Amino acid sequence: MAALRRNAIALALAALLPGRAVAGGDLKDLYFGEALYYAYQEQWFEALERLDAEVAQHYRVDEPERDSLQYHIKNAEFDVGDFELRYRMHHRAGRAIKAVLEADVGDAVRNEAAYRLARIHFQKGQPDDALETLEKIHGEIPEEIRDDVEFLRANVYLALSRPADAAEVLKRLQGSDGLRGFSQYNLGIALLEEGEKKEAVLQLDRAGTLKGGDAETLAIVDKSNLILGTLLFEAQAFDDSARSLGRVRLEGPFSNEALLRAGWADASAEKFDRALVPWGILARREPTQAAVQEALLALPYAYSKLGVHGRAAVLYRNAAQSFEGELHKLDASLASIRDGEFLKDLVREEIRQDKDWVVRLRRLPDAPETFYLTSLMASHEFQTGLQNYLDLEDMRKKLVAWQRSLDAFDDIIQRRHAYYAPLLPGIDSQFRKLDSQIRLRVEQRDHLNQLVQHMLIAPRPDYLATSDELQASARIARLESALRKAGDGERADASLRLERVKGALTWNLETQYHARLTKTYNDLAALNRDIDAMTARYDSFVRTRQAATQSYTGYDRKITGLRGRTAGSLVRLTDLMKRQGEMLEAVATNELKVRRERLAVQLNQARFAFADSYDRATKAQAN
Amino acid sequence: MQSLDEQVQEVKSDVLGIAAELDQLEEKLLYPSNTQVAVFVSMDKATAFRLDSVQIQIDGQPVARHVYSFKELEALKKGGVQRMYTGNTRTGEHRLDVSVAGKLSGGKDYAVTQSFPFSKDVGPKLVGVTLAGSGEPSIEIGGW
Repeated sequence: MAALRRNAIALALAALLPGRAVAGGDLKDLYFGEALYYAYQEQWFEALERLDAEVAQHYRVDEPERDSLQYHIKNAEFDVGDFELRYRMHHRAGRAIKAVLEADVGDAVRNEAAYRLARIHFQKGQPDDALETLEKIHGEIPEEIRDDVEFLRANVYLALSRPADAAEVLKRLQGSDGLRGFSQYNLGIALLEEGEKKEAVLQLDRAGTLKGGDAETLAIVDKSNLILGTLLFEAQAFDDSARSLGRVRLEGPFSNEALLRAGWADASAEKFDRALVPWGILARREPTQAAVQEALLALPYAYSKLGVHGRAAVLYRNAAQSFEGELHKLDASLASIRDGEFLKDLVREEIRQDKDWVVRLRRLPDAPETFYLTSLMASHEFQTGLQNYLDLEDMRKKLVAWQRSLDAFDDIIQRRHAYYAPLLPGIDSQFRKLDSQIRLRVEQRDHLNQLVQHMLIAPRPDYLATSDELQASARIARLESALRKAGDGERADASLRLERVKGALTWNLETQYHARLTKTYNDLAALNRDIDAMTARYDSFVRTRQAATQSYTGYDRKITGLRGRTAGSLVRLTDLMKRQGEMLEAVATNELKVRRERLAVQLNQARFAFADSYDRATKAQAN
Repeated sequence: MQSLDEQVQEVKSDVLGIAAELDQLEEKLLYPSNTQVAVFVSMDKATAFRLDSVQIQIDGQPVARHVYSFKELEALKKGGVQRMYTGNTRTGEHRLDVSVAGKLSGGKDYAVTQSFPFSKDVGPKLVGVTLAGSGEPSIEIGGW
């Protein structure tokens, strides 16, 4: 029963997680989109690295409401939690979501946050906390998560050994398209746990006869049939059991187990000829699988029961040969693990590029230590340890690369310093010249501007006199002064001439005043343009100079700090990898030893059965 | 006494922290904001085009080329955005050439190149390139 409950919860996770945690929509923030790009590829470190930075920056800016992340901030905070969870950082996961829960937000947002947090608690193995969080959900629930909330609630009840409550919830979810297969299967499990075996069988039958769907739905349908077949087998309803097991797809993940049990269902019903079919299929499959090894013995057993002892003897001999071969593989695997090859194989890059890398490990040439790995993967302890080991290896590679980057940064900084430092005094001298030119021009502009402003209020033609006119005016003034000292006779004539000259000068100034004012105005505008151009050059110079200086100053402390932290993390990480690796090797070794012991027993069985069948066949032939 | 798993989680946290600081340092040192230009690639969800590669040229110079894996393409189709190029360019007017190659929904090879002017001022320039359209894809460009 405990195994069934684990099955139900594991499948619930499968239904909850894929493709639901992250949501793109109409993207307004490129960096958020970049984080999603990595998340969709399940590169959680990179996704978190970018999203953490983007969310932190959003809260640092003066006006977050003008930041493009504001359109996605709710999803971004939820996603941080999801990414952390997927990256197996359970301790951190949920912090950002708690912040949303504590903020002043509407029902829909708060309820979605509560759902997400509950999901995290559930996945952390804290069903009590998950239920407490779910019970905080009140008011409007976004439609797209309404069924998911209830499905999670049902799974939490199952985890808390409250199958009746789980069944109540699951009954309401039977029409949910998004949970097709999962809600049917889990209801079957809940009824089973509740002790309603008859109803459970009917429910699992419904789950096992669902048609179509995606790969996950097909897998859950297979799982339903496998569990149902097992239940019926235990109830000695062998025909019904075989029928359910026969519905499991031959190419699905539960095929081996189903074929084996189907054979036993037939054999238990004394229908050995029918048992030959599933066992015959299974016996031709990958010989490292426990179910296949069992079928190698079961198949000749069926033949012997049918009295075909010659065929049984041949098959027992084949089985013994296969087991001997597998024992050699297992011995090689154990030796290889002792030599440290197992851990090296786990991190082989070409394998991990593939989605089904664990399966491919078994086919790696020259890596016998990996042949039996797929069965190990079923163990949660091994799975967690393995993922941690792989994460540590990824981080180790990053840290080593970063150390090289920091060295390169140092080199860049030194080169920039060597280039810019000698140039800067000369540049600064030019800058000072430019600065004084600008100041002079600005003063001139200000003076001219002041004059123009005055003239707009009260015309002052004298302000617009040319230098010749100013000289002439000064000369006239000097002559007037000289005339005042001269005799009357000379003065009358000269004074008249001087007045005429003065009049001519005034005439020019007065009549040309407007034209000159317009020209002055235009000259002022041209001067402003010149000053603007000079100021732009000035600003550009300041920026360039600043950029040049900033390109090599102020980094030392930062780089030294990062180098220290990188080295420290690398030391710590190397130690953790060693311990994690030893743990994996120990788990793998134990598993392989168990498999070895089992195979040794099976080998003996095969040898004895071969001898027995051979005798019977010989006797039969003699008779 | 922390479990091994807890210690692994802690070291993950530390390494993420280092990564964030290193990103900032790298950006400041290699791509200062006054010269920074970054090109992001995304795909309209309705696009049936099977993208094989994208090449980017700035002012006639090839700066980035990417051949897409299945996982990357799926990530783009789901709404992810790929930062394809980060580099430096001076302020002023520039030209961006985007070349796209792949297969149409019918399996026919398809390649197209389009040019776009863009203006770089003193702040970082983020250019978004989007492949859109249900038949032959069009290349759209947007600034952020």
